[in-house]
Amino acid sequence: MSARNDRSPSERVVVSGMGWVTPLGHDLETVWSALMRGASGMAPITRFDARTFPTNFASEVKNFDVNPLLKDPAVHATAGINSRFALGAAAQAWKQAGLDVKPARNMRRVGIYLGAGEGVIDTPNYLAANLKAWDAATGKTDGAKWAELGHRLMQASREIEQEPNMPLAHIAREFGARGPAYNCLTACAASTQALGEATSILRGGEADVMIAGGAHTMIHVLGVTGFNRLTALSTSKGDPTKASCPFDLGRGGFVMGEGAGMVILETLEHALARGAKPLAELIGFGSSADSYRITDIEPTGRGAAAAMLQALAQAGIDARGRRGDGRPLVDYISAHGTGTKENDSIETLAVKRVFGELAKEIPMSSVKSMLGHLIAAAGAVEFITCVMAIHRGMLPPTINYTTPDPECDLDYVANTPRAAKVQTCLSNSFGFGGQNDTVCVTAFES
Amino acid sequence: MSISPNTRRRTVLTGVGPVTGFGLGMDPLWQGLCAGKSAIRPITAFDPSGFITTVAATISPEQLDIRTIVPKNYRKATKVMARDIEIAVAAAAAAVNAAGLTTRGTADGVAPTIVPERVGCHIGAGLIPADSDELASAMLTCRTADGGFDPGEWGRTGMNNLTPLWLLKYLPNMLACHVTIIHDCQGPSNTITCAEVSGALSIGESMRVIRRGDAEACLSGGAESKVNYMGLLRQTFANRLAAVATGGDGIAAVRPFDPSATGTVLGEGGGILITEAFESAQGRGAQALAELTGFAARQCSCIDTVGVDLCDAAQDIASAIEGALHDAKTPASEIDAIVPLGSGIPNVDRAEAEALRSIFGARLLQIPLITLAPQVGICGAGASAIAACVAAQSVALQMLPARLSTAGSAALGVNADARVAGAATLRNVLVTSTGMGGQSAALVLRRLA
Repeated sequence: MSARNDRSPSERVVVSGMGWVTPLGHDLETVWSALMRGASGMAPITRFDARTFPTNFASEVKNFDVNPLLKDPAVHATAGINSRFALGAAAQAWKQAGLDVKPARNMRRVGIYLGAGEGVIDTPNYLAANLKAWDAATGKTDGAKWAELGHRLMQASREIEQEPNMPLAHIAREFGARGPAYNCLTACAASTQALGEATSILRGGEADVMIAGGAHTMIHVLGVTGFNRLTALSTSKGDPTKASCPFDLGRGGFVMGEGAGMVILETLEHALARGAKPLAELIGFGSSADSYRITDIEPTGRGAAAAMLQALAQAGIDARGRRGDGRPLVDYISAHGTGTKENDSIETLAVKRVFGELAKEIPMSSVKSMLGHLIAAAGAVEFITCVMAIHRGMLPPTINYTTPDPECDLDYVANTPRAAKVQTCLSNSFGFGGQNDTVCVTAFES
Repeated sequence: MSISPNTRRRTVLTGVGPVTGFGLGMDPLWQGLCAGKSAIRPITAFDPSGFITTVAATISPEQLDIRTIVPKNYRKATKVMARDIEIAVAAAAAAVNAAGLTTRGTADGVAPTIVPERVGCHIGAGLIPADSDELASAMLTCRTADGGFDPGEWGRTGMNNLTPLWLLKYLPNMLACHVTIIHDCQGPSNTITCAEVSGALSIGESMRVIRRGDAEACLSGGAESKVNYMGLLRQTFANRLAAVATGGDGIAAVRPFDPSATGTVLGEGGGILITEAFESAQGRGAQALAELTGFAARQCSCIDTVGVDLCDAAQDIASAIEGALHDAKTPASEIDAIVPLGSGIPNVDRAEAEALRSIFGARLLQIPLITLAPQVGICGAGASAIAACVAAQSVALQMLPARLSTAGSAALGVNADARVAGAATLRNVLVTSTGMGGQSAALVLRRLA
């Protein structure tokens, strides 16, 4: 059924290690068991005083210290929280892949493709500089005064750490990866896109191993401000753990999360040669643009469907086909499922556009109901949940699902996890601005 | 859809759209470069006197009026375009026109040259800071007694002073977002954020997408302006800028590969190139400027956190060049010109020169470098895209633009001293880039028969 069987081992791409740092824990097992309990990472925001904000809760990473995972923490002393999440997730993935003990053949053929967000702004000093440099007489910022305040208040390392390619630089330093290196930032689609393009690099023979994934946090004054102004965030006044309710009729926006997800992707040939155990195989990737409006998703789901169809085509999977036992060829879809009115109904429409009658038979859930929306990092974390689902034969639920929405009429694995035979999954990510990405992952079969 | 080096599709460049301090499109840039002019001038958008530099290669409001560039029905959206987005949108318009493509952006309602599903878009971007005037004026009602910021009041009322779409002005992927909407590009789309290398990485990604068969053509490149408070401050913190006091000579201040160089000068700018499958270009009878034959990228394993220490980046830049030459199946002996980053930042210049020496040996002194920084500044994520535009034009016209400022570059083993423009035989031109964060990339452009 699949085109992958025609591929040579150097063109097949497997997952050999995974790691994540999330609001529900900092290792594979802890997070997975929390997802299986239907736990929620949401609570009042602690990173700044958000009491008066329209949204005063989020899903924060708690008590995470990356240092025990690092060879020499001093090297990363200036790392910001974004880079720390990235390093933590990558260290787990590197270890699971056994790259310490069964090293890669050539470090110049070990690349990195991240979809990491920008680092956290130095809010107090940045805002103070802008405010104090304001010249009431001219109604503009006084440039000379701003420069004086900026140089005095802000710090070099803190500013450089905001560059979106800094998690990449830290990971390269920690693991000695010197192959092709990229950071992409397509908003909420970024880390799914990173996994897909990393796969493309491996298939094209440009590298043997790619560290791929994403890291992000926007839980800071201007991040929450930006999404509040866009009215994209839930402003629920009740229990924060109930605020993220994807696909439910009462959904009112997403809840911000933070963290990182990283995987080691490598050619099957390289994995086998160094004796690594393939955990799953990445068999398809699709990327598209809505080219519709800057604020709205294309309402017929055209762009989202195009990404899924492209991923399925690359995987050699007929969306409308069934297995010998009658089951659809895709067993599970990890939804983008943000919990905004628009996303969830249009994603539902797009899935129906792709799978037709079969759509209702394919379970699709959103772990954002539990973890929140990890923005650029969301896709990589959700990809890992797909691999875990394949291994454990369990589907993570969409929690907080109480009232069906007539526009969201698929099987969302409501509220409780479900045992299922899971061989092949799609993971969707759609970014603000219309960039859509889907990857297709399947159980590894030699 | 798997790709193999034996069956992969050829990629050509059918149009380039640089936007620089010389103006919109290749014509003003090429004229300026060949005449030995520079777009570096005093910064006038704000008072720069408190910064280490007071000059930049800026684009004036007369040169770039975004409302006249976008289709009429898109003018409203220009209100939410940060400077970087304006540059990218203008560059895309120039590139699409140069390539002779009909898109929704050039003629709405007319059948596009290439179906939208088969047009991709990869645009490199930087970290776009919020406009200080806009942010400060929104915060005025949220001051504490000592003039600081009061988050409580901001949450209650102040944030409502910002336009609802405020965040969307500053997301890096909004460059590609606007461009894909204007020109109806529905294919694979990405936003690469790797400092000065972003443009080259984006062009390389477009080539990979075309090779794997996921698009017929892509709008590829990058754009950025760091000529703003945060951009200048961060570049100062990274020790990358040459000092130019008010009234100082900004053009002489940036001297790529000059042993006495002390830093660079920033520019506003970017470039979009139309990367297109060879068969697609041939099928529509397009005259390509050059073939894009090779690409490779590498990472150096150091944290270049404050731009001081580039470790052994030279080896990694060299490895990227080797990779691109291998990809292009082109021996180093057939490279006739090189467009490096050429920033004038001493340690970056040294790393680039060392990398080039290790690949080209003694012949390097005979290979002219094309150094753009004294003329258009270093344009962040737009830098390597502009470099690729100039490389394509040089190959197409078999001509080298003038060089400014530098003397004594032979000491670094390179051929980069000031000279006038002139004809040259250019079989292949190499573009290399390296940026803060340690990424490097190289592209090979070949003359078409």
